[in-house]
Amino acid sequence: MALTSVVHDVLGLRAQRRRTTLWLLALTAFLVVTAVAAVGTGAIAISPGTVARILGRQLFGLGAVTWTPPQEAIVWQVRFPRVLLGLLVGAGLAVCGVALQAMVRNVLADPYLLGINSGASSGAAAAILFGAGAGFGQYALSTSAFLGALAASLLVFLVARSGGRVTSIRLLLAGVAVGYALYATTSFLIFASGSAEGARSVIFWLLGSLGLARWDALLALAAVVIGGTAVYLTVTGRRLDALAIGDETAHTLGLNPDRFRLRLLVVVSLCVGVLVSAAGSIGFVGLVVPHLARRLVGAPHVRVVPVAALLGAILLVWADVIARVLLAPQEIPIGIITALLGAPFLLVLIRRLHGGQS
Amino acid sequence: MIQASAVSWRYGATPVIDGVSVAALPGRVLGLIGPNGSGKTTVLRLLHGALRSPTGRITVDGDRLPSLSPRETARRMAVVVQENGGETALTVAEMVLLGRSPHLSTFQRAGRDDHEIAARCLARVGATHLGPRPFSGLSGGERQRVLIARALAQQATHLLLDEPTNHLDIRYQHEVLGLVRGLGTCSVVVLHDLNLAARYCDDLVLLGRGQVVAAGPVDEVLDPAVLEPVYGIGIKRLDLDGHPHLLFHPFSEEAA
Repeated sequence: MALTSVVHDVLGLRAQRRRTTLWLLALTAFLVVTAVAAVGTGAIAISPGTVARILGRQLFGLGAVTWTPPQEAIVWQVRFPRVLLGLLVGAGLAVCGVALQAMVRNVLADPYLLGINSGASSGAAAAILFGAGAGFGQYALSTSAFLGALAASLLVFLVARSGGRVTSIRLLLAGVAVGYALYATTSFLIFASGSAEGARSVIFWLLGSLGLARWDALLALAAVVIGGTAVYLTVTGRRLDALAIGDETAHTLGLNPDRFRLRLLVVVSLCVGVLVSAAGSIGFVGLVVPHLARRLVGAPHVRVVPVAALLGAILLVWADVIARVLLAPQEIPIGIITALLGAPFLLVLIRRLHGGQS
Repeated sequence: MIQASAVSWRYGATPVIDGVSVAALPGRVLGLIGPNGSGKTTVLRLLHGALRSPTGRITVDGDRLPSLSPRETARRMAVVVQENGGETALTVAEMVLLGRSPHLSTFQRAGRDDHEIAARCLARVGATHLGPRPFSGLSGGERQRVLIARALAQQATHLLLDEPTNHLDIRYQHEVLGLVRGLGTCSVVVLHDLNLAARYCDDLVLLGRGQVVAAGPVDEVLDPAVLEPVYGIGIKRLDLDGHPHLLFHPFSEEAA
């Protein structure tokens, strides 16, 4: 039986599928372990067994109460929302990175480098300080972050497009320029507003933090939008494959590349807008994780997107654990940790790019 | 059957194609020939809708091209373009399997049948052994064969190829064109090499400066008197084994 299946799988397609299934199972298991371990870690350590029992009771109504009320409050009210937000934001950044890399056909694309994060930051800062988008009620923050992200990404694409074609180098340069301009705008807005905690807010928007996680509408919105984005990108995996090869190829395979790219841009902006309004602007996850995912399961996006989502979720939660624990009781902005972990990876990537060209 | 009448295209203010009409007939191979810059590739792009002609009309089996959805267009016309996707990290098998996309609905995954079709198409171009390898690691000739396999996997009713013999050594040039001819599908091929055009095409359209200079059966178009002014080179024609063969010499040598 084993022999015949090998003989029939001359193209190696089935072997790849099996490999992907195994990775998905392994990563899902590791995700659960990560969540329990991260919830247990902090100034007051709580054993994994207790964490699991508290979560089991809260989520599924299982088991009897064997823990103290403060333990339950720490697990359920403080740390679990934070870990959940970390999982969501990590997954969201990773899948947005995957989509952007396919879209601009450049391995260096990521929401942070293309200036989309800073667009979202500017929008969110404007909402907080000046009440922009107040008409959207409790979603005002996310709505203006989304509009900021969309405006930034459209601006980057329009600048890069002048002359008919979008080239990767122009896109990245435009992204860096727009990103810096909008960072400056965000910082200026915060200082100009004279808000007492201005300086702290700047750090939040530029380097990110999961410290604001609570059981609120924003967390629910993040779950819906980020989950939806991951599903959408997985389902359109084949189209992403075609788009990543080239516009002309995409066209000959029955896809309108311009329309699809615009749709992707809106989806990515929405996702980035929501996650930036919940956790600030966190770099490097969207850049690094897609590469790791491709390493594990190959290039087809139908496999890369879910694997990247799981990897990103796991990575960000561990980065947050480090951010909380390293200089405890002081908390480090999570963007510093992701940059420390991601930058060396970027350097390796650049070296390899040169190797490929020579 | 693909019919284009009076189509045109301009890049900026420069007209590249000006009032061109071509017809690719059922079961026949149409060759688009002409010197560099004569607009062969642009005509091919207009035919499969990558460019939208502002004038004239294009019909595929009687239906106007703009009225067909992108997916339906891809089911009717498989195209091998020159864009080779060098950076992709897909394997050869995954690349060929992408040719099944126009037949799969959004939520549908490629199934056993699709895998078999992909395997058969790879076998047809003699590239089965390349299946699990990364596409970006292939030589130019291997890539070209894989891209043709992908077009075959599309199982379209028309096949369009832009210089499919580029990067191929002489044996594979003949194998690829022989394969196209053997399909019996209505095909349009952009070709540089007039002798390949002579052997593997039924009809030819000769383009010069964005216009049709001559069109018709191979035998009529490959007339030195027609070709010489367009290409600017001296041509002698020999007919061997029922195929025209062209020999080229600079005009300066003729004068000497």
